[in-house]
Amino acid sequence: MTAQTVASAAYVVAALLFILALAGLSQHETARAGNTFGIAGMTIALISTVVLALTGGIDGLGIALLIIAVLVGAAIGLYRAARVPMTGMPELIALFHSFVGLAAVLVGWNGYLEVEAAGGGTIDPELIGIHRGEVAIGVFIGAVTFTGSIVAWGKLNGRFNSKPLMLPGKNALNLGSLVVFAALTVWFVIEPTLPALILLTVIALLLGVHLVASIGGGDMPVVVSMLNSYSGWAAAASGFLLGNDLLIITGALVGSSGAYLSYIMCKAMNRSFISVIAGGFGIEAPTGEQKDYGEHKEITAEGAAALLSSASSVVITPGYGMAVAQAQYPVAELTRTLRERGVNVRFGIHPVAGRLPGHMNVLLAEAKVPYDIVLEMDEINDDFADTDVVLVIGANDTVNPAATEEPGSPIAGMPVLRVWEAGNVIVFKRSMAAGYAGVSNPLFYRENSHMLFGDARDKVEEIIKAL
Amino acid sequence: MNSETAAEQPPGKSIGVVRESAPNETRVAATPTTVGQLRKLGYCVVVEAGAGARADFPDAAYVEAGAQIGDPWQADIVFAINTPTDDELDRLKPGATLIAMLQPRLNPEIVDKLAQRPITALSMDAVPRISRAQSLDVLSSMANIAGYRAVVEAAHEFGRFFTGQVTAAGKVPPAKVLVVGAGVAGLAAIGAAGSLGAIVRATDPRPEVADQVRSLGGEYLAISSPEVEVSATGYAKEMGEDYKARERELYSAQTREVDIVITTALIPGRPAPRLITADMVAQMKPGSVIVDMAAANGGNVEGTVAGEKIVTPNGVTIIGYTDLAGRLPATASQLYGTNLVNLMKLLTPNKDGQLVLDFDDQVQRAMTVVRDGESTWPPPEVAVSATPQVAAAAAAPAVQQEKEPMSPARRYGLVALAGIVLFLLIAISPQALIGHLVVFALAIVAGFYVIGNVHHALHTPLMSVTNAISGIIVVGALLQLGAHSTAITVIAAVAVLLATINVFGGFAVTRRMLGMFRRS
Repeated sequence: MTAQTVASAAYVVAALLFILALAGLSQHETARAGNTFGIAGMTIALISTVVLALTGGIDGLGIALLIIAVLVGAAIGLYRAARVPMTGMPELIALFHSFVGLAAVLVGWNGYLEVEAAGGGTIDPELIGIHRGEVAIGVFIGAVTFTGSIVAWGKLNGRFNSKPLMLPGKNALNLGSLVVFAALTVWFVIEPTLPALILLTVIALLLGVHLVASIGGGDMPVVVSMLNSYSGWAAAASGFLLGNDLLIITGALVGSSGAYLSYIMCKAMNRSFISVIAGGFGIEAPTGEQKDYGEHKEITAEGAAALLSSASSVVITPGYGMAVAQAQYPVAELTRTLRERGVNVRFGIHPVAGRLPGHMNVLLAEAKVPYDIVLEMDEINDDFADTDVVLVIGANDTVNPAATEEPGSPIAGMPVLRVWEAGNVIVFKRSMAAGYAGVSNPLFYRENSHMLFGDARDKVEEIIKAL
Repeated sequence: MNSETAAEQPPGKSIGVVRESAPNETRVAATPTTVGQLRKLGYCVVVEAGAGARADFPDAAYVEAGAQIGDPWQADIVFAINTPTDDELDRLKPGATLIAMLQPRLNPEIVDKLAQRPITALSMDAVPRISRAQSLDVLSSMANIAGYRAVVEAAHEFGRFFTGQVTAAGKVPPAKVLVVGAGVAGLAAIGAAGSLGAIVRATDPRPEVADQVRSLGGEYLAISSPEVEVSATGYAKEMGEDYKARERELYSAQTREVDIVITTALIPGRPAPRLITADMVAQMKPGSVIVDMAAANGGNVEGTVAGEKIVTPNGVTIIGYTDLAGRLPATASQLYGTNLVNLMKLLTPNKDGQLVLDFDDQVQRAMTVVRDGESTWPPPEVAVSATPQVAAAAAAPAVQQEKEPMSPARRYGLVALAGIVLFLLIAISPQALIGHLVVFALAIVAGFYVIGNVHHALHTPLMSVTNAISGIIVVGALLQLGAHSTAITVIAAVAVLLATINVFGGFAVTRRMLGMFRRS
């Protein structure tokens, strides 16, 4: 039993604990246990690696830096985790993805410095080509993840414009950089020079920026889960580079689970994965002629309260606008008030509502809305016809009847919440502007729709007062 | 509340639910529950006074569900259980649609009678036995109830326990039940008898039902024969002479042994096969009970009297009730009503209360006996079994259309192609890499299946926990610390710092989020 075999054994245990963690996270009842399994797995992996590093003859500087890096990293991580508001979750997750990406780039560069720059090092000459290829791939995936996540983070917190960037020939740009990457990898495998690696890193960084910059704000749930997947593949690539099975297993787990989430999100938008990552969907699609849908009706907060007080069944369909207006607390209070009066209040969540898969659920949970009245689109769609009042709070494209009724519409075929089947629909909106997809929403002009203009948070509070 | 939306659409057609005029009929074609579902489809419902009384559904319950009490025969669509009498048919208004169990196969003159009137008639007992139509198959739903009830009737007549017991007063052996025919009714009987604790055996000419019998706790008795029987219409068909001899042997041996026999053998459009002879009945123990579920079609048992219970000279009770499903009127009405709702869902594609009959749909085509006063009976045959077979070859194209667009050949082809590409990629890799590739491939599959049924509300916590886990890259960075040049150590330390933020931040924020989710 050497330090190496102990570490390998610990890695197997850690990998199994990570699988348990992901499995646990799929149900409410087991989610907390899942998180605990994850922490346990990470602890085992870290301790055994530190022991391995110590027995491997780490120098004083290394130990000092290790302690400092872990302490500082832990402090920053715990601080951010404790302070982040739930509306800021998408940014935080995007930022975390960028860290994994950057770490993968650094590990890849270190691999180069350790082996190729040092003239072959300890690597078997037969495998040196493979090692070079692994460096190139690891750095590439890591760099795309890094800049892609940074751009996503910037778009999510408003630092960058969330409109899709439309460079001419953007598909050619994406494909071209992939071809250049392949050529550079071949070059680097044959002759591992520093310029080749630098060029490759720069190309990957630019590709990451361009990929995410050309995707609009409404597609963010797909982008974030896609970057989640990338961060996993980056870790797996580092695992190949270092010959470390734990990294490979964990990276593959995260990568495939992220890919599956992206697939769920794409299905919810009725789009192919390729068309989303190639970007710019909302602009390229035919916009459909602007129809005259007639006049919309306005309603006051008092009028909305009157409708609600005579209702026996209410469904609330929130969207990103609720997060922007920080309206989840008043919405939760409204829910409690109505439920105390015996009204059946439920929530209908579209899979891509918000900027992160499951974003709305987290916001409502934060405001202490019980999760068993928060239903998925498929669970609630057939019940709208029996619903007296639907409150549409900051959602637009996910409740657009054009998706089912107008075949020429850019969002045609996307599954939507059929709120218009309810007795009355109250739409909270700041103005009559179109949603993210740039499609006007015939819902607003329906006979049974009432527009409630203004800040969602203020308006919900006014309704509570009027009740 | 709905007045505004209703104004946009033309008012829905009306559905009439009749009070069955047959004296023994206890069922009704709609229950308060199904009335609500029909109204959701846009129809208004008129129920005849007292229609549900014999199934314990008072008129008030229908009114509460949104129906009106009135004359159902004047409605646009009329729901019934049995074929209406001539007088009743005369009361239908022109253009009306009649939906009932019309039994056009057993009763060909009904087709002419219906075709003399300007109406459309759909027969619920003519639903083809294909998977898609299962939700409207009343024969299945009624057979299920009848099979259950047959066991209850047998238990009622049988003077002993079904289950075996060891008591302080001595040991009681379990009853032995033989179920002949493992169709829907037979399977229901097997399940019911088994759950009462009896030892259940079942026979059926179709060997493919053996697993279904076993799944319900029964023992399948095969009639060994070279004639393997797979029916293209989903029903058993008549068998050859050699087979019949073996069958007689088996039944003769079984009747000597068992206490209860429940027979369910039917061949569509023909009298029921005579399987249990008077000799076999005479061999049975006194007190034994036979329930002949085929009594209405002549009976599987010699000596059965349809609709009656008789006792043979040697003390065997033969029950020939023909209204077994009707003896559970509430359940039978609910299932029949739900079959009708499912039919109306099919016929009302826009959920707007307008009935649309689509003759391109083989289910709708098969059920239609008369359309607008013109006879459309008999319909083209629908094959349900895809087993390749000479007799079924002609019907095969119809089966093909039922399948998904991706044919098995194409799917296997794609998988094979992916397999070959992967194989070649790995085959050219050096030995050292292959171990890692195996681990990699298995981990991808594991990740995919582990995430497969994640609850929609947990997507964000799942992402933050995978975030934390992907911070495992810290392990790679740790191993690069020290022992090499200072530059490498410093870069590795930065990587450790970044990954540590991820690890701690990811787990902590997941914990925080999970703490927020609560039930009401």
